[in-house]
Amino acid sequence: MSLKELLKKKETAIVAQWFDRVVNTYQLDTSRFLKSQKDAFANPVGNTLLQGLKAVFDETTDRMDNETVISFLDPIIRIRALQDFSASKAVGFVFFLKEIIREQTAKETQGNAALQAEMLLFESKIDELALTAFDIYMQCREKVYEIKANEVRNRTFTAFHRAGLVADWEEEPRH
Amino acid sequence: MADDLLKPDELLARTDHRPPATGWMDTPVNIRKGMYCYAANPKSVEYLSLPYARQWNPVEDDWKLPENWKQIIFEGIRDRLDRFRSFKIFMDICVRCGACADKCHFFIGTGDPKNMPVLRAELLRSIYRNDFTTAGKIFGKVAGARPMTAEVLKEWWYYFFQCTECRRCSVFCPYGIDTAEITIIARELLNLLGLNIDWIATPVANCFRTGNHLGIQPHAFKDMLEFFVDDLEEITGIRVEPSFNRKGADILFITPSGDVFADPGTYTCMGYMLLFHYLREKYGFDITWSTYASEGGNFGFFTSHETMKRLNSKMYAEAKRLGVKWILGGECGHMWRVIHQYMDTMNGPADFLEEPVSPITGTKFENARGTKMVHLSEFTADLIKHGKLELDPSRNDNLKVTFHDSCNPARGMGLLDEPRYVIKNVCKHFYEMPPNTIRENTFCCGSGSGLNAGENMELRLSGGLPRANAVKYVHEKHGVNMLACVCAIDRAVLPPLMDYWVPGVDVTGLTELVANALILPGEKERETNLRGEPLPGMEE
Amino acid sequence: MNAKYMFSLVAVIVLFLLAYAGVEGAGLHVLFGILIPYAAIAVFTVGFVWRIVNWAQSPVPFRIPTTCGQQKSLTWISPAAIDNPATNGAVVIRMILEILLFRSLFRNLKFHFNEGNRFSYIWEKWLWLGALAFHWAFLAVVIRHLRFFAEPVPFWVQWVEQLDSFFRVEFFTDFLQIGLPGIFLSGLVLLAAAVYLLLRRIIIPQVKYISLAADFFPLFLIIGIALSGIAMRYFLKEDIVGIKEFTMGLVTFHPSIPANVSGIFYVHLFFVSVLLAYFPFSKLMHLGGIFMSPTRNLANNSRTQRHVNIWNYPVKVHTYEEYEEEFREKMIEAGLPVEKEL
Repeated sequence: MSLKELLKKKETAIVAQWFDRVVNTYQLDTSRFLKSQKDAFANPVGNTLLQGLKAVFDETTDRMDNETVISFLDPIIRIRALQDFSASKAVGFVFFLKEIIREQTAKETQGNAALQAEMLLFESKIDELALTAFDIYMQCREKVYEIKANEVRNRTFTAFHRAGLVADWEEEPRH
Repeated sequence: MADDLLKPDELLARTDHRPPATGWMDTPVNIRKGMYCYAANPKSVEYLSLPYARQWNPVEDDWKLPENWKQIIFEGIRDRLDRFRSFKIFMDICVRCGACADKCHFFIGTGDPKNMPVLRAELLRSIYRNDFTTAGKIFGKVAGARPMTAEVLKEWWYYFFQCTECRRCSVFCPYGIDTAEITIIARELLNLLGLNIDWIATPVANCFRTGNHLGIQPHAFKDMLEFFVDDLEEITGIRVEPSFNRKGADILFITPSGDVFADPGTYTCMGYMLLFHYLREKYGFDITWSTYASEGGNFGFFTSHETMKRLNSKMYAEAKRLGVKWILGGECGHMWRVIHQYMDTMNGPADFLEEPVSPITGTKFENARGTKMVHLSEFTADLIKHGKLELDPSRNDNLKVTFHDSCNPARGMGLLDEPRYVIKNVCKHFYEMPPNTIRENTFCCGSGSGLNAGENMELRLSGGLPRANAVKYVHEKHGVNMLACVCAIDRAVLPPLMDYWVPGVDVTGLTELVANALILPGEKERETNLRGEPLPGMEE
Repeated sequence: MNAKYMFSLVAVIVLFLLAYAGVEGAGLHVLFGILIPYAAIAVFTVGFVWRIVNWAQSPVPFRIPTTCGQQKSLTWISPAAIDNPATNGAVVIRMILEILLFRSLFRNLKFHFNEGNRFSYIWEKWLWLGALAFHWAFLAVVIRHLRFFAEPVPFWVQWVEQLDSFFRVEFFTDFLQIGLPGIFLSGLVLLAAAVYLLLRRIIIPQVKYISLAADFFPLFLIIGIALSGIAMRYFLKEDIVGIKEFTMGLVTFHPSIPANVSGIFYVHLFFVSVLLAYFPFSKLMHLGGIFMSPTRNLANNSRTQRHVNIWNYPVKVHTYEEYEEEFREKMIEAGLPVEKEL
């Protein structure tokens, strides 16, 4: 059995475990909410995770098409880029997959040189995935700062100021 | 974002290890960058003669509180318990059933458990129990009580400025407990110690002085609208003539000042001007703008009941001075909550005005006969129903529109079907978002109640996730590319929200859509919409 | 293990031991049978009235109903007459739906996203059902117990009893004889619903996180009341006639201690007494508070009828005159009309 087939066979268990560990990066009470609430609109975070992780896993075991990977990773990281995570924690969930796969396939890979070689290749795919995740993370952060900067620009309403049309708090109001 | 970097060995450690959960009372507040707004500028606080104006910084340890701050808070709570039955009852009767817990957009988006409405309220309730109830005094923590400390105060400040007073939780509460009401009171208490945010305090000071939040002086206000007159002439070939501070006009028009200066609200403003011009040409409609009451919004509402009243007083005062018959109000969310549920009580009775009647259709606005102020959507829906507007909806054919119910008109008024009726008559493609995200279940934009500052962008974008998520759904399913709304804050904050979550969806006010479809007598063949973009079929 | 519910559980166990040992061991029949019940009733009555009066003393300054549907505006737009009531009559209906059917909890209607883009509705009904079962069963139990406090037993109490026991099972063993007396559904439903509400607080993490000891205590107490009641009725077969003589004695202020009544009866009575005395000082006052909640009990007619705030006071405003004074020059220059020329 090739690694690909093996992973396909164990897909459900692997994705479930991955989802679990990602959700566990949240505070206890929040993580239970993320797991239990099935409504996509009441629980967009949990739902994005569940749908996204499964698709990313599929793609990684399959063609690993960059565009497609990005389209599934993006929504997950877009959320984490805003939440209370450091950069490493926001994207580090990708590496959970390595550990999970090692655990899940330990029995089969033991003493199977071919599988082990395949495994090494697969792990470098995960590294690639992590780098892509980091790119997306940076894009999201840059987007946030771009939005912030635009808001500041809009709000200083330069034109008004230049024309001296705005009551400034520097000059005291006349009474 | 955590500011402190992790050490390599920490990075290697399993990142999903979590410390044992602590009870919420024992979890100290962590004031995180991107989630809070800057402290109020002391000049603004001073100008309003509000107490304890000073420079202070939320992330510093010392908030420079007055010596007797605990006493001030204690007396502040006591005074409000005596004045607000809502406050007293909402402090007493919550059974913590948890129905509200997952209804808050901030909880859903940030995942912070203290953003569950019940817990947000418990932050204040725990102090109330400690100081004002027998059970709390005797049993302390067991009864859910805890003493007031500087930590608790910081927690209040952090979380009561993470509530947009949207009332969604109140819809699902079996006793109607309204977190907005609790947040309003909590912010009043914080203001007793000078702990406002600048994005609220400075607009309020501006509004008090110049009549609008932006500090636009009277001549500049007029100038801005005259810029729009030029733009409109270019687009339609017709020169509209808005009038200002005109005594003897039939009707006074008041809209949020955001419409006058911030895109895309400006297009809504141009829409108002076209609509009024059309009505004047066809039916002799007589309306005036005011520079003194040039703000519909009321950030005083996010400061204290008293400040709300001080700002709101200008509406009736100006209507009286100009001698108009009644007031027409533009598209704004919390402005309408204040007008609908507070204005007449605070600054009425408006016995110097007449019961509003549409001079064009003769419709009596029975529902506004006391307050004498009519919502533009009610007014426009009535015009369309009576066939008084000549419309060409095909001009909006490039738009696939969905409608975002703003929290205040939805849950503090019930303005749901009027705007929908208008949209359906001026656009051919209209799609609703999923039912648990619209009408009384609508999700907040994440930036209401004065939280639309720039520095708290992470808070705003994560709080807006549930709304954006529903937009994304109709965007992907029906190709929706335009999000319509009747709120100036929405028009200011939904574009960045869409930019982050659902690129490809733009934001518009209702009247902009109406004005695009409106066929003016004697207009030239229109090639562009109010934004200067080519109309469908006019692309090069 | 959670300190919050352990504390409450231990408190209820201590109460049980107090009453049981007090009667069976120390023979304090008069204390637990007469003095404490009278005191509890007094505390409940005075406390309840005091709370309601206390709430009523705070005015309702603003009309702030939460509107949950279309307002009444233009004649051709149909309003949500009940969820957004425009008249006091409609408010009454809204309140009835809220109080009798828990309308707001019922709203927990949710949307479910299946694989792909298909939708289905999930009715998030368990909290609503559990709460409804709990409260209605409680009411039925209270009404049934009125049989002990009135002679002759009012016809409507008998009706409730008949309705309650329509579900007859005849099941006899040496130990357990179900069907004799007839099963009262309400007691069992009350017990089941209370256990559900308790488990919810222990198992669902969000609810556990927000729960206080004060949320567990009444649940344990009510479970204790239900258990002791069920035990007396179906297992111990207490002397009903003796108990009725005793309760009628309490009602007529000629209390006497019955013979042949077990310690469990006193435990039951003591639990009820504690619940009554605890009631006015706890969240259980939601029974009274729901009637006075301003977001539910007001009509959404504030633009039609003026609502008066009794403490409305004048505030410092920025008048037009002050405004014109500051900007007059610029206003004249811009061609804006002014009250006073330069």
